[in-house]
Amino acid sequence: MLDSLSEKLEGIFKKLKGKGLLKEQDIDLALKEVRVALLEADVNFRVVKDFIQGLREKAVGKEVLDSLTPGQQVIKIVHAELCTLLGGADNRIKLSPNPPTLIMMVGLQGSGKTTTSAKLARMYKREGRRPLLAAADLQRPAAIDQLITLGGQLDVPVYYSRETKSPAAVSQEALKKAKLEGRDIVILDTAGRLHIDESLMQELKDIKAKTPPNETLLVADAMTGQEAVNIAKNFNEAIGLDGVVLTKMDGDARGGAALSIKAVTGRPIKLIGMGEKLDMLEQFYPERLASRILGMGDVLSLIEKAQQDYDQKEAEKLSRKIMSEGFTFEDLRDQLKKIRGMGSIESLLSMIPGMGAKLRGVKVDEKEFVKIEAIINSMTLRERANHNLLNGSRRKRIADGSGTSIAEVNRVIKQYLEMKKMLKMFKGGKGLRLPKIMPF
Amino acid sequence: MGFLDRLKGGLEKTRKAFVGRIDAVFSGQKPLNEETLEELEEILISSDIGVSTAVEIVEYLKSKEGEIRKAGSPREFLKAHMKDLLGRPQPLVIFGEKPFVILTLGVNGTGKTTTIGKLASRFVSEGHSVIIAAGDTFRAAAIEQLEIWAGRSGAQIVKQKAGGDPAAVAFDAVEAAKSRGTDVVIIDTAGRLHTKSPLMEELKKIKRVVGRAMPDAPQETLLVVDATTGQNALNQAKLFNEAVGVTGIALTKLDGTSKGGIVFTVKRELDIPIKLIGIGEGVDDLRDFNPSEFIEALFEP
Repeated sequence: MLDSLSEKLEGIFKKLKGKGLLKEQDIDLALKEVRVALLEADVNFRVVKDFIQGLREKAVGKEVLDSLTPGQQVIKIVHAELCTLLGGADNRIKLSPNPPTLIMMVGLQGSGKTTTSAKLARMYKREGRRPLLAAADLQRPAAIDQLITLGGQLDVPVYYSRETKSPAAVSQEALKKAKLEGRDIVILDTAGRLHIDESLMQELKDIKAKTPPNETLLVADAMTGQEAVNIAKNFNEAIGLDGVVLTKMDGDARGGAALSIKAVTGRPIKLIGMGEKLDMLEQFYPERLASRILGMGDVLSLIEKAQQDYDQKEAEKLSRKIMSEGFTFEDLRDQLKKIRGMGSIESLLSMIPGMGAKLRGVKVDEKEFVKIEAIINSMTLRERANHNLLNGSRRKRIADGSGTSIAEVNRVIKQYLEMKKMLKMFKGGKGLRLPKIMPF
Repeated sequence: MGFLDRLKGGLEKTRKAFVGRIDAVFSGQKPLNEETLEELEEILISSDIGVSTAVEIVEYLKSKEGEIRKAGSPREFLKAHMKDLLGRPQPLVIFGEKPFVILTLGVNGTGKTTTIGKLASRFVSEGHSVIIAAGDTFRAAAIEQLEIWAGRSGAQIVKQKAGGDPAAVAFDAVEAAKSRGTDVVIIDTAGRLHTKSPLMEELKKIKRVVGRAMPDAPQETLLVVDATTGQNALNQAKLFNEAVGVTGIALTKLDGTSKGGIVFTVKRELDIPIKLIGIGEGVDDLRDFNPSEFIEALFEP
């Protein structure tokens, strides 16, 4: 499904080879495809309707730039428009000039409030601030314990009370404790609630009345469907939101909910959650999400993802090692493991523009990676370091040991040698870039 | 209160928005024209059913135009067709040799632990003995959360320390059930995104190891899907199914305004039945999924 939008648009505009102006008829056809792409990305249908309307006016009569095909031109307009809609507002979290700053986390059940609270605490702690976590989720069994555990992992104190039934009281006491102990940020984790649950929404209003937060953040799941509009609207109308944290963005959801939320509340997306670990909270970049919603691939995200998983120091170590001792099978296996840890190979590849179309119908067999690992695991340490040892009988043994065939072992060795050759080209250059090691 | 009433109560918000708008489309003498069909398509899309299934349903109504004209209203045709899409009811029933092992899985935050708690209560109240395996060893306090649910429901729990091997926990639970003659084992697993291959490998391992403790186990592999989820639920179902073979879906959080329309598409494209629905936070708010009752509750005024 990915990349099909650009492909479909190219199809529509194929007959329109030359340059000139975008014609109304062609635009309408193209916008139909844009509509489907947005709906498939979970953008709310009403938001889509308005968006397409606005686009149409912008696109008709636009000159097609020399360097672009008409299809690309339309995508460019759509993309620019999406970026404007998604961004535009200041997306920093405001800290109070008179600490402590109170940040209240709200959202539906299971959106990731507790984890995000801990991630925020970690972020501020690293900035040299002194955060305090406060457990105001008195509904979910063991929610307090979860926050205590996370606080313990981060070495951030947690305020909680097992006696009280009032989240507003928790907030008050947490602020008192923060003042007393010189904590400058209080992050209040509240219970998950349905946006239509009036008594629980009242509870949030009570917290707000007793302890007005400096920032109220809606924690929203990136996988949310059409209802994102109503969820955001209800929370915003009930308690007023300052921003949104979009969680579970490390999956393959296109994240159209973000556009719905922004369109209906006007509140900026401030941060995104990129994984279960507590360091996986990132800045939000409108351009990247725009590409993702359109299913157009996102090189920037791919590069960052690779860099993130690929620790800089480790890369330098590997680089030095390769310079001095050469690239071994062991290194190959480590890299494969890293790549597999980043997500499915297909989702990684689809982030590379142009790759999507080429890979249509090509199923990347992740079992290949398992096989390569098994083959390398079946080598002795000496063999892994020196491929010249790999004669016929050793290859046979490796094939037997890894449950593969000699042909497969040969193929891995060949791929390894090609990579090794490629890596030699980096020698003498500046550092090592992530080598391309796709086994196909 | 009868079951249908409870279901209707739980689905009230869902129903109001959905049926109200469908009725508005077909109200009065509005013919089945481009405009009404487009409106219908939008209503269907607003339920998260997805573009392709919405288009399919609209095309179906178009093809029946003559009959619909004769009958007067397209409503019954729409109901019948949507019912067909969901197939026949396939409730979660325990059968065969003891223990009956249920492996639950899903992405983060869909309500696996809560669903397990409710499911355990249900089995216990039916007179079955239940062991819950605390297989979410990753999330902070997941084990504590499950212990509270076990206490509430009267189920036993098998656990290890946080950070332990989930496959080992699952294995121990099945072994314990075998020696104690327990009827049902429900295995909790950590929430995981379906795109993370190491975590999917872990899931495969849990399944393999459970199969080693008992040849036919797990007899049920239940994917827990949040009704608030949009089109991504299809990817979830696809990839979890490819990894471990999903035998049924529990659709949670249907008491909100979300309609969970994506299950129509999941059923249509992957033929995975919906077995359970969660319509509230109470212990007995987990229900067998019955397509015709579900559609009735959705359409009846």
